[in-house]
Amino acid sequence: MSASDTGEALTSGDYILHHLQNLTVGEGFWSLNVDSLLFSIGLGALFCWIFSSVAKKATTGVPGKLQCFIEMTVEFVDGTVKDTFHGRSALIAPLSLTIFVWIIFMNTMDLIPVDWLPSASYAMGIEYMRVVPTTDPNITLGMSFSVFFLMIFYSIKIKGVGGFVKELTMQPFNHPVMIPVNLVMELVALIAKPISLGLRLFGNMYAGEMIFFLIALLGVWQLPLHFVWAVFHIMVVILQAFIFMMLTVVYLSMSCEDH
Amino acid sequence: MNMNATLLGQSIAFAVFVIFCMKYIWPPLMSAIEDRQKKIADGLASAERAGKDLELAQAKATDQLKDAKAEAASIVDAANKRKAQIVDEAKTAAMTERDKIIASGHAEVEAERNRAKEELRQKVAVLAIAGAEKILERSIDEAAANDIVEKLVGEL
Repeated sequence: MSASDTGEALTSGDYILHHLQNLTVGEGFWSLNVDSLLFSIGLGALFCWIFSSVAKKATTGVPGKLQCFIEMTVEFVDGTVKDTFHGRSALIAPLSLTIFVWIIFMNTMDLIPVDWLPSASYAMGIEYMRVVPTTDPNITLGMSFSVFFLMIFYSIKIKGVGGFVKELTMQPFNHPVMIPVNLVMELVALIAKPISLGLRLFGNMYAGEMIFFLIALLGVWQLPLHFVWAVFHIMVVILQAFIFMMLTVVYLSMSCEDH
Repeated sequence: MNMNATLLGQSIAFAVFVIFCMKYIWPPLMSAIEDRQKKIADGLASAERAGKDLELAQAKATDQLKDAKAEAASIVDAANKRKAQIVDEAKTAAMTERDKIIASGHAEVEAERNRAKEELRQKVAVLAIAGAEKILERSIDEAAANDIVEKLVGEL
């Protein structure tokens, strides 16, 4: 969004704030960030479409280039899961693949020059448009809370309700008197997991996006700087997706392990 | 940071995509990968087996070649021996034949000579008698002189 579009003088602060405004429908908690959800679901559907079309045509003979690439991704995720998660579960590996590829797709939206899609949508009469879903904490925390739900589910499934409660109350100090202390410590540790998981991804992508906004304000110098930062950001994009996936697997394997 | 129902929407979308991946993406891709791994492992094993077979076949071929060479050498030896034998036999036969021909030649010559001698003797006797007849025609009795002539002829 630039000053000429709105017809009034915008400061750098206004520019950035405008870019950070979600397209929201509804009031209070029961409102939806339509732009984040749209891009998030769109990219998830893209992931499903690409991977399932390859999976449907998957040949055991000589694979095509796309199939090779997708199989490399699948084998990488499968290897990572097998190294870390020692239980048997049909869910963990597909879950990790979905997380990994979907987050890479969402993060990659950050590499699109920051004004393109918002300007296009503004031309169509839409005031606000944020194109990187992972810079919206709702999106990242939505995923990490889903993982949290799975952690609780697996803890209770593997250890039983008693085992799960015992894990929360009987360690690190295995004595009845220490139960309140243990409970406080373990609950903090438990709840810190999904929050740190979601906020880590959000923070990294938000900071990266902010740098892109600042670079976009620099006039002609933005071109080389944008390139340099984008090249660096490619690493962040993939690394953060990997970290999110890896921590999901680690947390779930911790939930499935009996002490 | 304004939290709102987007969180729930994302969670639902997440669940849907994970279930979709679990049902329609992961199993076919994994089975394709595993099938190919098995195929490749089988291929490698059979290649190794084929290599071993080839080695065996080469060893066998070498053995057979050696055998064939030995056999050929023995056949050539036998043929050489046989040749010498045939040449010897032919030589002996030719020698015998030559001796026989020479002997028969000698015998023929001898017979011819004897016959000529006999003929000559008879002709000489007739000539002598004819000569003597002509000489003694007028005076000598043929009968009285015959025994003398015969005595002469017997001396020849």
